[in-house]
Amino acid sequence: MKDYSFLSLVREGLRGHTGWPRVWRHPEPKQSYDAIIIGGGGHGLATAYYLAKEHGMRDIAVLEKGWIGGGNAGRNTTVIRSNYLYDESAAIYDHALELWEGLGRELNFNIMMSHRGVLNLAHDEHEARDLIRRVEANRLNGVDAEWLDAEGVKAFCPVIEISKSARYPVVGGTLQRRGGVNRHDAVVWGYARAADRLGVDIIQQCEVTGISMKAGAVTGVETTRGTIRAPKVASVVAGHSSIVAAMAGLRLPIESHPLQALVSEPIKPVLPCVVMSNAVHVYCSQSDKGELVIGAGIDHHLSYTQRGSLNIIEEQMSAIIELFPIFSRLKMMRQWGGIVDVCPDASPIISKTPVKGFYINAGWGTGGWKATPGSGHVFAHTIVHDEPHPIAAPFALERFTSGALVAEHGAAAVAH
Amino acid sequence: MFVIECPWCGPRDQSEFSCGGEAHISRPAERSDMSDEEWAEFVFMRTNAKGLFAERWNHAAGCRRWFNVLRNTSTDEILAVYRMGETPPDVSTGLPATPCGEAEIGSGNDAAKVMVEAADGTTNTRDTV
Repeated sequence: MKDYSFLSLVREGLRGHTGWPRVWRHPEPKQSYDAIIIGGGGHGLATAYYLAKEHGMRDIAVLEKGWIGGGNAGRNTTVIRSNYLYDESAAIYDHALELWEGLGRELNFNIMMSHRGVLNLAHDEHEARDLIRRVEANRLNGVDAEWLDAEGVKAFCPVIEISKSARYPVVGGTLQRRGGVNRHDAVVWGYARAADRLGVDIIQQCEVTGISMKAGAVTGVETTRGTIRAPKVASVVAGHSSIVAAMAGLRLPIESHPLQALVSEPIKPVLPCVVMSNAVHVYCSQSDKGELVIGAGIDHHLSYTQRGSLNIIEEQMSAIIELFPIFSRLKMMRQWGGIVDVCPDASPIISKTPVKGFYINAGWGTGGWKATPGSGHVFAHTIVHDEPHPIAAPFALERFTSGALVAEHGAAAVAH
Repeated sequence: MFVIECPWCGPRDQSEFSCGGEAHISRPAERSDMSDEEWAEFVFMRTNAKGLFAERWNHAAGCRRWFNVLRNTSTDEILAVYRMGETPPDVSTGLPATPCGEAEIGSGNDAAKVMVEAADGTTNTRDTV
């Protein structure tokens, strides 16, 4: 398969774009593989890619019940940042951010990575103190972070309302300049293409319905397209994590909730960065098409229906208008929901399990997108060595028994 | 968005309620000799069911009383409301055919539905239901 380059673009431009090959194959599932990844989202495809590239494992299948990138990979707001409070979180999210920085080149696919900066606003003195503490913690962990006062925030993002008479006055904010946004489809397709080139079978429309085990070890999976054998099976399915784990007889500390996002009609470039606010609870950026991409909090009831409640969106809209009065007449174009698997400590589970050969990567909750490359990278290591990668070790399932939680609820930068 | 029938106040908008999560998790009676695993099971582990699910709701902006709701989490259909301490009533509802599948009617997951039908070779008729 051809690499994408300026030359190939010119050549195909002259030939009427008739020579582009299919980007990945659509193979029939084989009877057995060395490893099966359940879930063809960003994390699953990244896991398969790093298994193939870094660990030389080529006989891999990625099983996806819908189409790749059609779940949460296609439903998030694509915010990239690593300004987490705790050492364990900073390690994995910054590992991911480092991989994001070179990912377009590595995958030979334009993922439209834009390091436009992520602003986290503080609206009162206590929040400011918390955020400054986080800036210092970030710096100690080598994560770029700086504190801006209200005028600094206004200078970086001029459309923010910072007047003292606002309902939630902006007293300052933290800025991570390396943070930003990228293009979700491009990341999924880039990983899929790169994994496919390394021999990974990406099998869509193939739903896993059972996990076969013998003497406490995995032997394969049952699917809607027949039985597939494998000594290693890894679940990377986000919303349905508990359901797939139950097939292996495991219970997880996870609850699945709808999380909504929406986009406005497209307007000229006006919002130069990502803006997040904990107190009014909203996060917002502007896509290259000009749409404002807006996300908020989860619906608090458990659901698998990929739709949320209207009152959540109403709160989201009132929050955005509080911060940006300039947007008050914008029409919202589309709204959607995804099912996020939330852990009690708002940190993920990247872990071996009591079932030999069965691994889980789950519980990313509302913030999994930013971790996609890092998650796949350390999870691949965990699968190959049957031992957690050092960065993944604090996120083992055992922490819910030992009590060593990584409590990022509210400490992360936006309350979940 | 749901309309929830509070046992005391009648049908009200969901925004008046707060959700208290999975119902019928009782605090262990013998606590002194419980292992860490047993505590983890009680404190953290959850069923997270897709399909029939019993949960607690509180009418926070109303009578402030707690009650149980039996809901189908694959469609959000509320099947029964019953009081604290009561056992869940028997109900029937449309459930997904496979563990991670979608219910015939009422699922928001159109992507998965279209995929099922494409595999059957039939046209997508469910959206008109």
